[in-house]
Amino acid sequence: MEKFVQIENVGQTFDTKKGKFVALRDIDLTLKQGEFVALIGHSGCGKSTLLNLIAGLTKPTTGVLLCDGREIAGPGPERAVVFQNHSLLPWLTCFENIYLAVERVFSQKEGKAKLKARTQAAIELVGLAHAAHKYPHEISGGMKQRVGIARALSMEPKVLLMDEPFGALDALTRAKLQDELMKICEKTQATVVMVTHDVDEAVLLSDRIVMMTNGPAATIGEILEVNLPRPRARLELAHDPAYIDCRAAVLEFLYEKQAHVEKQAA
Amino acid sequence: MSTTLTMRGEFAGELPAKPETETVPVKPVKEKTMETHANPATQAAAAAPANPFGEMLSNAMRAVLPPVLGVLLLVGIWYVATLKGGSIPGPVVVWQAAAELFADPFYNNGPNDQGIGWNVLASLERVGLGFGLAALVGIPLGFMLGRFAFLSAMINPIISLLRPVSPLAWLPIGLLVFQKADPAATWTIFICSIWPMIMNTAQGVQRVPQDYLNVARVLDLSEWKVVTKILFPAVLPYMLTGIRLSIGTAWLVIVAAEMLTGGVGIGFWVWDEWNNLKVEHIIIAIFIIGIVGLILEQALILLAKKLTKESS
Repeated sequence: MEKFVQIENVGQTFDTKKGKFVALRDIDLTLKQGEFVALIGHSGCGKSTLLNLIAGLTKPTTGVLLCDGREIAGPGPERAVVFQNHSLLPWLTCFENIYLAVERVFSQKEGKAKLKARTQAAIELVGLAHAAHKYPHEISGGMKQRVGIARALSMEPKVLLMDEPFGALDALTRAKLQDELMKICEKTQATVVMVTHDVDEAVLLSDRIVMMTNGPAATIGEILEVNLPRPRARLELAHDPAYIDCRAAVLEFLYEKQAHVEKQAA
Repeated sequence: MSTTLTMRGEFAGELPAKPETETVPVKPVKEKTMETHANPATQAAAAAPANPFGEMLSNAMRAVLPPVLGVLLLVGIWYVATLKGGSIPGPVVVWQAAAELFADPFYNNGPNDQGIGWNVLASLERVGLGFGLAALVGIPLGFMLGRFAFLSAMINPIISLLRPVSPLAWLPIGLLVFQKADPAATWTIFICSIWPMIMNTAQGVQRVPQDYLNVARVLDLSEWKVVTKILFPAVLPYMLTGIRLSIGTAWLVIVAAEMLTGGVGIGFWVWDEWNNLKVEHIIIAIFIIGIVGLILEQALILLAKKLTKESS
């Protein structure tokens, strides 16, 4: 599938007390099936806004978004979201949190035993079988985020949308989860859009990096192809010239071409 | 953190607080349901060592000593203040009267002369009925107000208008409609305890974190699932606060309502004893009203803790 997700001429304007605020303008982007795309940019550049548009949580002011040939009219389980702050329901165990999603998507066709097996498979995929019956407040931040990923994957979504999924985690946990995510993506061939502000994360995980200009009225500045072979190994990449080039290109975009972010914000 | 593995099954109540250590390794589940896990959990919890006796004693002392001192101080001041006589009886007289009164709390010499136990029970019954009806109407209404902005904008002015009205002002309306004292008192309880439940429930619904609602939207859950899996658990703490406020108000109001309606009930009893000029009985009644109110409040706090523990 060459054009799995199409974003055509999308703009987003918010009505605020001070008048209209143009968050995004002229966004054109096409995702291939199985592709991993990172959205990167300074804070306030509208990368989360774009993700919410793909998720269907908000509607674009102009333009149109398509997923698998159909217009995105609202949120739905075929576009699963991993939220920045995990968003697990605190009154359900990890298992029940995932089961809620599985039940929604598959309960019309499958029996309870099958649904439970699916839930179990999802929780095993992220290596949390031992914590299945714990409540979210009983597990660490990294584990919560893994449950969030398991919940999203359990729905077998067409697109996995991740909003800075590892932003709140410490560097070591983040690295571990990035490695896990790479393995999972390889296994499931998922199409992923990930919002991040971490250059290394973007280069390590992505097939393409979409770099956004500073807001307001942000748009796509450059798109970088990351032509690194998979599977990728973090340690080897550290000295890989192609990796270093990609990294330098993103850094250059962020800190030279779009460096005036502080001035604008002030 | 001490309630690892609390299952919602029948075992949940039996789990004593466990030490911080994780005693129960959970084996991966294959086809089994959650109930099978409650068994090892309970056994392990039962085997957990109790606190050393000395520590328990000192903890108990720390918890019990200040309130006991406070009560003693109050009784002391009362004793000294009534030492010289006067119309207010001292603690000793009241104690003797109470001993006599509670020796036979459930006698029945006709509708106007019944034991103190019957009076308290009659009041509790009215509060229970009026409050129960208020919960039945108020909580669903609160949910709807919280969920639908239009309805909220429609009903809120009415609530703002009626809420500050003293519950006793509703009593004549009740008497007029029901033609009887008893349902009129219940009606008064109903109307005064419905507001906190509506308002707290509605507020709780409005304050459900956007994150949870986003989850609901992304999963595209049915309205029923949204209510049972997301709204209800999220609103529960607010709802329980509303219930607690309601029952407090209801218990405040019943005394006044019964003074006006007569019949059997603690409020009526206070008025009756005033007419008999048995001031020591009035003081006893004040204590009873206070203690029952305290028990109601504490019971609801306990219930709230039990119900919201897993959502903490």
